[in-house]
Amino acid sequence: MPGRVITITSGKGGVGKTTATANLGVVLAQRGMRVAVVDADIGLRNLDVVMGLENRIIYDLVDAVEGHCRLEQALIRDKRLPELYLLPAAQTRDKSAVSEEQMCELCNDLREIVDFALVDSPAGIEQGYRNAVAPADEILVITTPEVSAVRDADRIIGLVEAEGKGPARLIINRLKPAMVQRGDMLDTQDVLDVLAVELVGVVPEDEKIIVSANQGRPAALLNGSLAGQAFHRIGGRLLGEVVPFVELKAPPSFLERLLDIFQATGGDL
Amino acid sequence: MSFWDRLFGHQEAENRSKDVAKQRLQVVLVHDRTRIRPGLLDTIRDEIVSGISKHVEVDKGHVELSLASEGGQSRLVADIPLKVAGRPRQRPTAG
Repeated sequence: MPGRVITITSGKGGVGKTTATANLGVVLAQRGMRVAVVDADIGLRNLDVVMGLENRIIYDLVDAVEGHCRLEQALIRDKRLPELYLLPAAQTRDKSAVSEEQMCELCNDLREIVDFALVDSPAGIEQGYRNAVAPADEILVITTPEVSAVRDADRIIGLVEAEGKGPARLIINRLKPAMVQRGDMLDTQDVLDVLAVELVGVVPEDEKIIVSANQGRPAALLNGSLAGQAFHRIGGRLLGEVVPFVELKAPPSFLERLLDIFQATGGDL
Repeated sequence: MSFWDRLFGHQEAENRSKDVAKQRLQVVLVHDRTRIRPGLLDTIRDEIVSGISKHVEVDKGHVELSLASEGGQSRLVADIPLKVAGRPRQRPTAG
């Protein structure tokens, strides 16, 4: 069976496309899938450093497209997992180095050798975005619960629909449960009301994401990362499993714990 | 707002910034989706009024035209009060 090409895109930059691509790659590979994560951000590559594979790049996506190497030679194997590969972007070229047709051909070749190709799209709606979306079987749109990111996500969802690649599914990233609880952040239902799209997962804000990027070890490889656990649930849903949506709760504050103690003692301190 | 709510930063319902965010998003997305600039609504309203005025008298000062979004559908909503001869329209008292 040919592999599935899933493109992760957002419109707005900095909402977590690369982090999501790396972590979903790890999660699917841990489930025994053959996975290639593809950096389509030519000229501004970053998936390599987030994965911790930046020192092993010899060939890149543009080399493979232009025939300077075979596709297999450009794929860097992640030794932490049996079947996880990175196809890095070229750093010294720009978006015009590759056409939509070339990306489609490249991904057709990838379909023959992997179960999943996860394509990390560049921000924006220009050539780089179109290259990332052209070969996709499915689109995951990622947003944060902020007005600017949600607005851009809506634009992308519309574009994906217009190109016949829809319906896109949504990941809400960097949700802060404490802010949601006090009414200062859009909650999951608010975002879904506005965007009218299917949800595939909600990832809480987690400092471990920055720590893991510092170390080049995706959070899904770590135990005890809340964001990593959320990516595991999303991975299950991508595999067609029915994974219940858990409510993300803020840890109780010092004052709330104090109040709990106070109430438990019947106010008898 | 109770002392405890204040202490824990719980906000009164009308103060929640997420409600402002949601309401603003809904308006801006209707304009984005329909590619209707806010100024275009005024033009459309004037043309509707002049079109209808050829047949019936319209209370021009109270015509309202807005964009709404519901369940993924966008719609143009017009409220066009008519001036009916002999039975003056009861105007809401100013205030």
